Parts: sequence; C-alpha cells; structure tokens
Amino acid sequence: MATLASRLFPLLAQLVRGRGSEAGPIVLDRRRIYILPTRLGLIFALFLLAMLIGSINYGLSLGYILTFLLGGVAVVGILHTYRNLQGLRIADAGATPAFAGEDAMFHFLFEAPAERLALNLRWRGEASVIFDIEAAQRIGVRVPAPQRGRLKPGRFTLSTVYPLGLFRAWSYVEFDHAAIVYPKPGEMPPDFLAAGEDDADTRPGPGEGSEDFAGLRAWQPGDSPRQVAWKVAARSDLLATKRFSDVEGSSVLLDWARLAGADTETRLSQLTRWVLDAEQAGLRYGLRIPGRDIAPGNGAAHRQQCLEALALHGLSEHG
Amino acid sequence: MASRGFFPPLPAGHWLFAGIVLVLAPHALHLPPWLSALAFAMIAWRWAAAAGRLPLPGKWILLLLLAGSAAGILLQYRTLFGRDAGVAMLTLMLALKLLEMRSYRDALLTVFLGYFLVITHFFYTQDIPLAVYLFAVVLVLSSALVALNHPASARHWRRPLKLSALMLAQAVPVMLLLFVLFPRLGGPLWGMPSDAFSAKSGLSETISPGSISELVQSDAVAFRAQFEDTPPAASSLYWRALVLENFDGRSWGRQRGRQEAQPALETAGKPIAYTLTIEPHDKPWIFALEVPDPQALPPDTFLTRNLQLLANKPMQRLTRLNLSAYLDHRVAADAVPSQLKHALQLPEQGNPQARELALRLRSEAGSDAEVVARALALFREQGYSYTLTPPLLGKNSIDEFLFATRSGFCEHYASAFTFLMRAAGVPARIVAGYQGGEFNPAGGYFIVRQSDAHAWSEVWLEGRGWVRVDPTAAVSASRIQNGIASALSAGEPLPFLLRTNMAWLKQLRQQWDAVSTYWDLWVLGFNQEQQIGLFARLGFGIVSWRELVWGLAIGLGVALGLIAAFTLWPGRRAAPDKVQALYLRFCGKLEKAGLARLPSEGPLDFAQRIRVLRPELADDADALVRRYIALRYGAHATAEMQRLFAAQVRRFRA
Repeated sequence: MATLASRLFPLLAQLVRGRGSEAGPIVLDRRRIYILPTRLGLIFALFLLAMLIGSINYGLSLGYILTFLLGGVAVVGILHTYRNLQGLRIADAGATPAFAGEDAMFHFLFEAPAERLALNLRWRGEASVIFDIEAAQRIGVRVPAPQRGRLKPGRFTLSTVYPLGLFRAWSYVEFDHAAIVYPKPGEMPPDFLAAGEDDADTRPGPGEGSEDFAGLRAWQPGDSPRQVAWKVAARSDLLATKRFSDVEGSSVLLDWARLAGADTETRLSQLTRWVLDAEQAGLRYGLRIPGRDIAPGNGAAHRQQCLEALALHGLSEHG
Repeated sequence: MASRGFFPPLPAGHWLFAGIVLVLAPHALHLPPWLSALAFAMIAWRWAAAAGRLPLPGKWILLLLLAGSAAGILLQYRTLFGRDAGVAMLTLMLALKLLEMRSYRDALLTVFLGYFLVITHFFYTQDIPLAVYLFAVVLVLSSALVALNHPASARHWRRPLKLSALMLAQAVPVMLLLFVLFPRLGGPLWGMPSDAFSAKSGLSETISPGSISELVQSDAVAFRAQFEDTPPAASSLYWRALVLENFDGRSWGRQRGRQEAQPALETAGKPIAYTLTIEPHDKPWIFALEVPDPQALPPDTFLTRNLQLLANKPMQRLTRLNLSAYLDHRVAADAVPSQLKHALQLPEQGNPQARELALRLRSEAGSDAEVVARALALFREQGYSYTLTPPLLGKNSIDEFLFATRSGFCEHYASAFTFLMRAAGVPARIVAGYQGGEFNPAGGYFIVRQSDAHAWSEVWLEGRGWVRVDPTAAVSASRIQNGIASALSAGEPLPFLLRTNMAWLKQLRQQWDAVSTYWDLWVLGFNQEQQIGLFARLGFGIVSWRELVWGLAIGLGVALGLIAAFTLWPGRRAAPDKVQALYLRFCGKLEKAGLARLPSEGPLDFAQRIRVLRPELADDADALVRRYIALRYGAHATAEMQRLFAAQVRRFRA
C-alpha cells in the first residue's frame, strides 16, 4: 500500500500542479496524457445501464448484444482518443508581444507521427483554438495581457474528445517562455508633431510622413529579415526589402523628464504612445528613461527596442 | 464545437439524420400511420433547417407539438405506458429532440437516443434480417458520432464510416466476451408491461367454430421438435396442448383450477425422447406427445388430471424442454362414473336434432366402441367435406353443421363428434393442439407451424381408458398423413409457402429455418441455463457467477491489451531508400532557389543555414528536416510518417 501511495502521490501532484515549466520540446506519452470520461460520456454510460437493465428484465438477447457492443465501442474509444494525443511533439515557437489590455499570442509548433484531429489548445478559461495536424502545424493561442512587463502564461491545456466525444484526453504544456507586454499607449498626442518646436534635437523631420521610406527592391540573400516587407510578401508571394533613405540630423528625443508630475506608469504609457507616433510619422527618435538611454533611430527593430525598454522598466530580469 | 452557421454542419448532419430515419423506419410497420408521418415530417423539417431552407420552430410550436403528440398517443393507446405506447412516445421524443437540437451536446444526446431506440425493435422481433439491419443502423449512428466530433473530415463520407467500422470491429471481441460471460439472471427483475408479448399468436383457451381455421392461415412457427432416435410416423404426431371439457352450446373451454390428481397410467415399451423448442406464445401449455412420462417431467412443469402438460409460468421466451413420451399407453382405465361425470356434461337446451341422432346411434349400437365407429362412418359416408372456409353457423351450431352445411374444419368435426358422444352417453372431450409437422432434413427436426393446429377428440371406453379419436381423419385421411396443404383444395386461403411445390424454394426455406433455429437457440435463447451448460460442456464444471466475473475480467484484459497494441502500434516501417529520395528532392527544390546543400553538410546544419538565409522558410524546413531525421535514425519510423513526409516535401516551396 505504501509503495502504491508513494507512486500515486507524485502523479496526483503532477495532475494538480503540473510539472513546472520546461525549456525544450516535449513528446506526449503515457506519463503526460490523462484521460477521463466527459459529461456526455457519463450520460452515455447511464443510457447503457438502462439498456442493460431492460435487456435483463425482458430477456432480450439482442439487447444484451447491442449494449455490450456499444460498451465495447466506448472502451475502444478510450484507446482512439488517447492515440489522438500520443506521440505529439510540441515545441515552443515564441510569443508575439502585446500592449497591456490586449492579448499576447503564444506560438507552438506541433508535429505528429500521423494525422491528429480536433485538438483543442487553450489557456485557462480563455477561448480555445481547435485545429488538426496533418504533419506539422504552428498554432498560436491568445493570452490576455493585463499589465506591462514579462507575461509568463504558465500551463496551457491540450485536449481532445475525438473521435466519440465520450472521453477527453488531455495533457499540459508549460514552457519556460514569456511574452513582452508593452505599456498601454497613453492618450496625449506628442508635442513634437505640433509646430514651433524649440529644441534643436527634436526638430521635426523635413516633410512629415514617410519620405524616408524610399520604396521596395527585390530581396537578396543577406538582407535583414526586419527589412522584408512581410505584408507585401503575404499578398503576392514576392519577397521585397524595404529601403529607407538616410535622413541625418532630424530626430526627436522622447524624454522621461518631459512628463514631470505624472506617475511612473502614466509616463511609460505616454512614452509608448510617442514611440508609436514617432515611428508612424517616420521620424528618427531616441528614448531616454531612468537607467536607459537609446540613441535616435528608426524602423521596426528600433521601435521594438524602445517599446521593450518601456515594458521592462523597473522590472528585474525575471519579473 | 463551433456552432456558427446552421447546426449541425451538414456533412455530419446527414449521418445523424440518416441514422435517425433508419432507426425509426421499421417502427412504421406497427405504429399508427399518423404517428409515423408526424415523426418523419419533423425529421424532414429539421433536416431542411440544417440545410438552411427552413427556420427552426419556436418554443411555442415545440410545446404545441409535444402536447399534441402526447394527447394523440393517449387517445390512440389510452395509456402512456406499455410496449406500444412506450415506443410511440420514444419515437416522438426523438423527433422532438431533433427539432430542439441546437448544440453539439444536443446532437450527441440525439445519437444516444437513437441507440436506445434500436433496442425497442427487439420487443417485436429478434430475427436475423432485423439484427443485420440494426447492426447497419448502429454503424450509421456511430459514424454520425464520429462526424459530429470532427465535422470537417465528414466532407469525405468514407472517413467517419471507416473509423466507426474499425471501432465496431474492435468492439466485437469485447461484446462476445461480455455476451458469453456476463452472469445471467433466471428471471425478470420486475414485471413486464402487459402488452410486451401481445404479438404472439397461438392456440387460445377456447375452441368455437372458426377459431382454429383462422389460426391455420398463419405459417408462423409454433415449436420445433427433435427426436433423439427415429421419429414416429407423421400420423401419430399428435401434439397435445389443451383438454377442453366444458361446452356451453357453442364453444369448448377448459376446466379451471389446478387438478394434479394423477390418473392411473399403464405404459408399455420404451419412452421416446425428444426436445421441444417452443416459440414464445404467452400461454403455459406445452405441446407434448401422448403421453408424457410422469417420472421425467422438465423442471417447472406439471401434469394435470387429464394429462395436460403445463408450465408454471406463461412461456414468454423461447423455451427448450427435454421430454419423453410413451406412445403405447392406457390412461384411467379404472375410472369410476363419478370421475367421468364432467365428460358427459351438456347444456340443457339446444341442438335437438343432434341429440336425436345420438340416441339413435346409441340404440343401434351394442357398445360404446360401436357408437364411436358408427359416428365416424357417418362422417365418412354422408358427404361431409373438409374446408377452411365453411359457411357461418348460427345458434344450434352442431345441428346446422351436421344436417345442413356438412362442411367444416377440424374444430367443427371434433366439436360435433364430441357432442354426439356425450349425448349418446359416451364420456368424451376435445383436445386442441397440433398435428404432424414438416421434417427439416437440414436441421434434423420437425417444424410445427400454426398451420398445423388441430383439434380432435378423446373418448373413454370401458377397459381401455381414454382413447384418441380423430373425426377429421374420417373425412380427410390425407390431412393426418400428408399434412394440411394436401388436404385442402387449391382455392383455400393457405399461406403461399405451404402450397408451393418448388423443391429449391422448399429446400432454401428449410436451410434458412435450420440457421434461424441455431440463432434462436444459441443467440436469442442464451440464458442462465445455456450459459451453465456451455461451460459444463467445455469442461469447466458448474461455474458460479464469481468465476464468470473473474473470467470476464481476465478475458477483457487480454482482449483490450491486444486491441490497444493494434491501435497504438505505429504501423509498418518506412522504406529508407524512399525516405532518402524524398530528402534529395527537397534539397533539389532549394538548390533551384539558389540555396544548394554543401556536400559535407548534415541535415541539421543545412536547416540552420536555411534559417539564417531564408528565415521565412525556416519553420517548414525545420519540420521537414526533423521528420527526415526521425525517419532515418528514429526508433519508430513508420510508413505513415513516410507518407506524411512525402506530402511535406511535395508541398514545400522554396
């Protein structure tokens, strides 16, 4: 008894708390897959019980046969439902950042030794993603990101009731990954877009808009992926690289000090808004917050660098 | 499941609706037409709604339909309980459930109800064709279950069907184990609905003109009999069911009460052993040959004073009985007049001509035996005819038959003869049962049908006791020797198959009957007794239910282990050279796009370089390379994986 209990306990603990986060890809096997009847499965069992009692009472031999056959189908269904998860390889495929109040997207790369159908991936009570895997499949799951910082989602639940809906097999997926959550953009438009700027360093660029975006050219090996015009690629199957004209000397500094009086979070929000606006306006912009000074620049990578600095301001490495 | 658009998504819905229609279809044979029409109309409505052609009914219409159909059933059956009303209720409930089905959960519950309705068919019949049909219905309903759980793949109609067929096939061993080993109870758990067995036909408790000729028009099997040794001649196969001694002027009835006082019985020779397999007829009487061996009665049966063999309970299921009979016997030779009084009883009034005739016979004859002989001669010589469709008889039925119509069926002859005997002072009674039967060489047994139903007489003669006299034999000897079909003219309303002379048809029919007899015995009749007998014959001795449960647990464990190994087995191994060729094709595609694999580059390094140079291809390439490695070097490289790898390579665009 003691050995049984000592074996059962870690299993139960695992079921309740999970295994903790893992770094690498996981492959689902019998130690990771749990299976129990669904509520409909229990109702089905009641139907079978009624049919069995009826068969006994009325001496219906074919009633016995039908009941036992359906019971057999349900039991065989356990194996088929289990098989639908068995051997799945799941790898962390990164996370898409989000602004606070929106949803971050966590990506997983699924690979199956054979076709797997009607899988359901879900984070806590949020809407689930239902998908099939023919061979390999990248799946993103939304996780609400209420506040800025690093969002560690904890465990996701992968489940399936295919093929009968009578049993549900599930497994937990918990990777050591996080999504960056940027501060929620503030309300106040930046003053550098208004006329009459006196700071030499924050003079608006010559001719607002996107003059410094100089067009597209065909992609060549060696081009940075950040410069690829992905939207164009998605529409036309052509890879193109964005070209930017170098406009020197026309940059703004988005400075923490200019928001004196507001609290930290409000300042971060506001700076976030400015970064977005500056990027959209095609300006060169720098960011200065306590403990971090980012030289003026432009482009998606620069924008991301600034936003990350704002997101993680004041948080420890693992915060 | 997402329920956007119309529910259920149609490819899955087709399976569901088809399953429901198929499961209800056979009930149309015995439900009132309005009810079937209503149910199918509701299904059609729901089907059209799933296709987006009709709106779903609102709550009020549903309530109206529910109240209307419940009222209709009440009016039709005067109850909501019992077999027929219950089936009617379930049918309408299923149709209504369909109409209010709006979600995945509802749809699954509807499938469960469909499975449940399958079982209701077995109240009516459990024969082989119905079993095959319902197995197909279960297949369709299971496909519906699979399709509802993955509507997208239901677009290819073969896919849900294939999976559900596989699962049903895998469930068969489980079913067989449970069927053989599940402990059976001796009797019902509670009472049956009063109409559960009303479909059964057979001899009724009284005989009046026309009662047997009606029964004879059915070719339903009454029972089957298998003799251990050579069967007796057809003319001595008198299967006795009922002894009728009370005459009210028109019909003959049984003496009520359980009289077990045995008459004196002298027998000679060896008893004939035989087995009766009696179809359920919801009456206690057993069709025993004269005269059952009182020392070897089957359990739960008893012999009455007039040698009727009765079961303690009405026979509501297929019953198999081992019996033995002494054909050579003398019954109640020592009876005293007080014991024979009731065999002389007649109503005070009626049938004066017959009484007169009886007195004349009495005065002309020297003995009781001669009275019998003279009466039979009368039937033989006075132009009496044997027909299934005699003219209707009025108040003095015996007189009218004897002196006016002169044509009748066995019950007319037995009745008139017995009346004459009693009026002449010879103790007499009517016996109802079956005579003859069709020998089935395919199964080595006699089939006795309702069309073999017969009535004859017994008279008590001094020194000989009760003697069987069959007045029908005097009119139509062929009836007794060659069966009913040979004794009736071509115009008589006999079932077609009794008449036909086509040898192949007859042979086919007999073979089919042999198959269904085995079905009846080993499948339908598999009860506690059969279960115990089976294990005794297999050498396990008398098994207890505990042993059965253990056997069941072990058997199921082994069976499920094998099924699990089969289901979870990764399948055939992949072919390494094919895998290599596919990989080279993948490299070729990349080479054309200007990304040639270096001669020394391994797949992982190559994938790494692709990620750097063509990051947009990296995910696909990584997955492809990982599967290649799994196929090339993995422990579980299966043909299925190879197929998927081929698809990946085919789809890859550099």
